[in-house]
Amino acid sequence: MDIYLPIAGLSVNAAVIVALGGLVGILSGMFGVGGGFLTTPLLIFYGIPPAVAVASSATQITGASVSGMFAHMQRKGVDFHMGGVLVAGGAGGSVAGGFIFRALQRSGQIDTVVALLYVFLLGGIGLLMAKEAITAVWAVRRGRPAPGGARRHHPLVASLPGRWRFYRSGLYISPVAPLLLGFFTGLLTVLLGVGGGFVLVPAMIYLLGMSTKVVVGTSLFQILFVTAATTMVHALTTHAVDIVLAVLLLIGSVSGAQVGARFANRVKPEYLRLFLAFIVLTVAIRVGLGLTWRPDDIYTVQVL
Amino acid sequence: MRPVKAFALAFLAPLLLAQSAPRLVPDVSQRRIDIVYSFTGAELLLFGAILYPGGRLPTRDADIAIVIKGPAEPIVLREKQKVAGMWINADSARFRSVPSFYAIATSRPLNTLVDDRTAAVYELGVDNIQLSPASGKVPDEQRRLERGLVDLKRRAGLYAEEQDGVQISEGVLYRARIHLPARVPVGTYTAETFLLQGGRVVAGATREIAIEKSGFERYVAAAAADRAFLYGLFAVLVSLLLGWAGALLFRRLR
Repeated sequence: MDIYLPIAGLSVNAAVIVALGGLVGILSGMFGVGGGFLTTPLLIFYGIPPAVAVASSATQITGASVSGMFAHMQRKGVDFHMGGVLVAGGAGGSVAGGFIFRALQRSGQIDTVVALLYVFLLGGIGLLMAKEAITAVWAVRRGRPAPGGARRHHPLVASLPGRWRFYRSGLYISPVAPLLLGFFTGLLTVLLGVGGGFVLVPAMIYLLGMSTKVVVGTSLFQILFVTAATTMVHALTTHAVDIVLAVLLLIGSVSGAQVGARFANRVKPEYLRLFLAFIVLTVAIRVGLGLTWRPDDIYTVQVL
Repeated sequence: MRPVKAFALAFLAPLLLAQSAPRLVPDVSQRRIDIVYSFTGAELLLFGAILYPGGRLPTRDADIAIVIKGPAEPIVLREKQKVAGMWINADSARFRSVPSFYAIATSRPLNTLVDDRTAAVYELGVDNIQLSPASGKVPDEQRRLERGLVDLKRRAGLYAEEQDGVQISEGVLYRARIHLPARVPVGTYTAETFLLQGGRVVAGATREIAIEKSGFERYVAAAAADRAFLYGLFAVLVSLLLGWAGALLFRRLR
């Protein structure tokens, strides 16, 4: 069924977009990630203009993270104090990102910068995840419990001035660290159309040393508000939020997430993480290759 | 000469004089095209009649060229080049008025109909569109970029040349079909019809076609442009509601 996207200005097959949302939803249900890192490149690959893909994917992630956040809230898995600091940083990041996005668009380098960020971020995090997952799988195979790893915040974080108590996270650290982290993920959300969970979660665990019980819930809390702020930034600056596209994606992803969540209960978490690492690395490699292959279109048009 | 006849002749003389050159009476199947949710492109039928003075057909064959042009817009064209192993935008050029859509249909191959000069004057053919370059590039580079732009537009289906796209029946009636792709930009289009004889344009006529988003699509596009803040807020709310409702629904189902 063909449907016309009013902002993107082209007609797409609605079933394909819903299926794409469903696929991303399954992954997000399985791994607790927003899946924006998959949605945006796939939409661009399908022919949606990059700005529309990035903006609408942010809108979709807002809806996709609602149910997860409520579930974690009921289990007291959200540190609102920490979340508030992250959101404050994220809001700043998304506004700053809006200016950077416009500047890059004007200079014509937005596509290259987005692709490079994808390659380095996803590549780096994918490798880290793969290494961690392989060691865990190895340990489980040998009959030993998975290594827990000492929970401690990074020495750099300790050197920052001023300290706040974050009770649920079990931390007494400077608020500057989560503020900067939030700012950075806010930037990523605007530029890449990702929720930033794949950066936020490892950073919360390995840099801040947060209690793992509240990591996913708090990251969902931050993602929800920052993607909402990002939708506003894009609506006001690039005018690229396509509500029809976002709704189609959401229909798929909300259903897919339920399937994914059930599937996740049956698979060992180490294998799940290894699989996620594999997907993340595949996307990074594909985007990287896309930069080096001769593109179909050497020329691009930007309407002034 | 009887006075009545003289009077009639004097009265009709201006009309007869005006008819000394052939005239075109063109029309289009749709003066207005609405883009709605199921829009996947449209087919325009352009037809009309050639009126010759006195109704006499000329001894030489006449030909028809029909040009449809979308609203012109200023653009920046960027060219990717391989830099350090990556394809990145390295060169760019500005054009002041690039038609967002251009299609030409002719009754015979264009190069047999008119010479280069006439083609350039009337913008006949995708290689003769006035793009108004505004970057001050050297001619070679300018030509390369223009070719790239036209090629890009052609592959997107936004520039098209239809040789033998016009059928002329009995030397007076003509018709042509022109396809508009789903990505067609909105705005006021012009459909120009030219009557060509012996390599010259002997008559021309223009009709306008409005292509607009309509209904829900129009409303959404207008809201996103004019009431950006409310539109953004609405998008966030819809997203939150859908996510929340979806989760509730699945909990019920379980």
